Amino acid sequence: MIDKLPIPRWARRAIIPIIIVPLVVLYPEYYTSLGTSQLIPTLSTAVTMTVFVCMAVGLNMVVGYAGLLDLGYVAFYAIGSYVAGWFASTQFASHSIVFGAVGVQSHAIGIHISIWLLLPVAAAMAAAAGVVIGLPTLRLRGDYLALVTLGFGEIIPQVVRNGDNMFGTGFNLTNGVAGITPIDPMGFRYLHGILPFLPDNFLLTPNLDVWFYRVGLLLVAITVFCSIRLRDSRLGRAWVALREDEIAAAAMGVPLMQVKTWAYASGAFFGGAAGCFYGVYQGGAIPDNFKLYISTLLLAMVILGGMGNVWGVCLGAAVLSYLNQQGLGAIGNTINSNFGTNIEITKYEAGLFGLLIVLMMLFRPQGLIPSSRRKAEFDVVKEEHEAAGVVVG
Amino acid sequence: MSAEAPPAPTANPPALLELDKVRTFYGRIEAVKGLSITVNEGEIVTLIGANGAGKSTTLRSIQGLTKPKAGTIRFAGKEIQNAPPHQIVQMGIAHSPEGRRLFPRMSVRENLEMGAFNRSDREGIEQDTEHVYSLFPRLSERRGQQAGTLSGGEQQMCSIGRALMSRPKLLLLDEPSMGLAPILVDKIFEIIQEINREGTTILLVEQNALIALGIASRGYVLETGRVTLSDRAEALATNDEVRKAYLGIS
Repeated sequence: MIDKLPIPRWARRAIIPIIIVPLVVLYPEYYTSLGTSQLIPTLSTAVTMTVFVCMAVGLNMVVGYAGLLDLGYVAFYAIGSYVAGWFASTQFASHSIVFGAVGVQSHAIGIHISIWLLLPVAAAMAAAAGVVIGLPTLRLRGDYLALVTLGFGEIIPQVVRNGDNMFGTGFNLTNGVAGITPIDPMGFRYLHGILPFLPDNFLLTPNLDVWFYRVGLLLVAITVFCSIRLRDSRLGRAWVALREDEIAAAAMGVPLMQVKTWAYASGAFFGGAAGCFYGVYQGGAIPDNFKLYISTLLLAMVILGGMGNVWGVCLGAAVLSYLNQQGLGAIGNTINSNFGTNIEITKYEAGLFGLLIVLMMLFRPQGLIPSSRRKAEFDVVKEEHEAAGVVVG
Repeated sequence: MSAEAPPAPTANPPALLELDKVRTFYGRIEAVKGLSITVNEGEIVTLIGANGAGKSTTLRSIQGLTKPKAGTIRFAGKEIQNAPPHQIVQMGIAHSPEGRRLFPRMSVRENLEMGAFNRSDREGIEQDTEHVYSLFPRLSERRGQQAGTLSGGEQQMCSIGRALMSRPKLLLLDEPSMGLAPILVDKIFEIIQEINREGTTILLVEQNALIALGIASRGYVLETGRVTLSDRAEALATNDEVRKAYLGIS
């Protein structure tokens, strides 16, 4: 419909960002005036949404760009969270290292590194884990690959659950089921001196969610920017070629091994950063947070939004993480209070998301905002079906 | 027999590609059973034979897509049987594979760009793209079109063009005539000859033995993974066995 309006192309491309970006960035300023309905996303939900958008955009590099199914993405989230846990808490009590940390005494026990430094470290460690999972799976395709990634996504939480006594040596790496908590807060420890409006410690601000939301958005912006740059790079073209026809890609001189490994590493990188940030926001790295459910939810976000299209995936992730975090419960409560029913809708969460995916597959398999290439793919199938219909009719 | 019809190549000119007792397996099935062939610089050499003779597997072995289990493959003096495909492409071997295998959702232009994946000289790539368009004007008309929507002949042109984009010394062509109307086959084979005249050595796999022997200088007949005959192309075209088995002429 918007296509038919006499608006120049550049303006059309600019309109949506010009409207959406301020709406998103300024959300903490106006959300209280939207009313008191529990359907309005709280700031805490909004922070979670930024985290899931980052992870979904990261997963999209593996699944949407390179066409490699990954059912164990939660592992990278876990690794990111535990990096925060290890290097910004009292976990390693025999050490006393404090470097740029916020809200910690200068001689506190444990390792306390600035979260700003830990974000890239977590991302790099997750990327390294991505390479580790990538390497043995390079020869696998399709279902087999999916199985290995599924296994990897299960192994990492098990390792952290049992990591309070590594190999029986008594070395406590992960603090077992209890997890590592608390994790140090974030804050602009040094910039605060120069720019006083930047808070020293988020936990000491009137509403800590505001600053976490802003940092979350910054992470989203970086992730989306990198994702688009990667897509348009030589590596991105190699991913598309790989997805389209692996043999042909190899025959063109695409080094399959490297290209696949880079896909896993790049995807994992952003999952690790988001996991680190989320660990800090939640104040802990707890094994029970890292369930298979997260991996499937992330995959659903990618599929719902439109595999391969960054904006679609952002939308899919925002919608599903909102529903998961707050929306479904709020909808349930609204129904219950209006109709006098007593349904705990959150109990049906997984089923409802499953239903959503089935409906999407039936009616809009290309996703909410499909990538142009994927769209073409589905259009060709549609034409073939129509052509077949003509023959039959 | 006169002395001027040597079936095997001599040491002069130097062989560009040499396969020595190459054996390639799919799982436990031996598809190529100790194959030895030679391609000299500037030649068009053809491998002919029935379905399942191991022709395509031979090309896949040369390109490193299916690693041979035994034997050596020498290209421009270097052993390449253990090199990965992308290195082999960089050394100067390009492959237009069986079934064309274009990237269906990429445009013609993007497919050609993928052919130049390992090159970074923009100007050279631009020149070569134009050169491919001049060889195949149809591709130029359809440069923005998705490769999956091209006709069979256009797809074949795009596949050959894409292979040329790496500026190969040796071009491996797998069944360029497959599924094409005879008039298109003639056209494509004319262009293959032109590519050869421009200095690219060609190893051509064909089921259509008649037309392949028509443009090749030498040929090998493959049967169940072995070379059963090798000779100059004209000699093979008049050979009784070949005529019976592959040309359908008794």
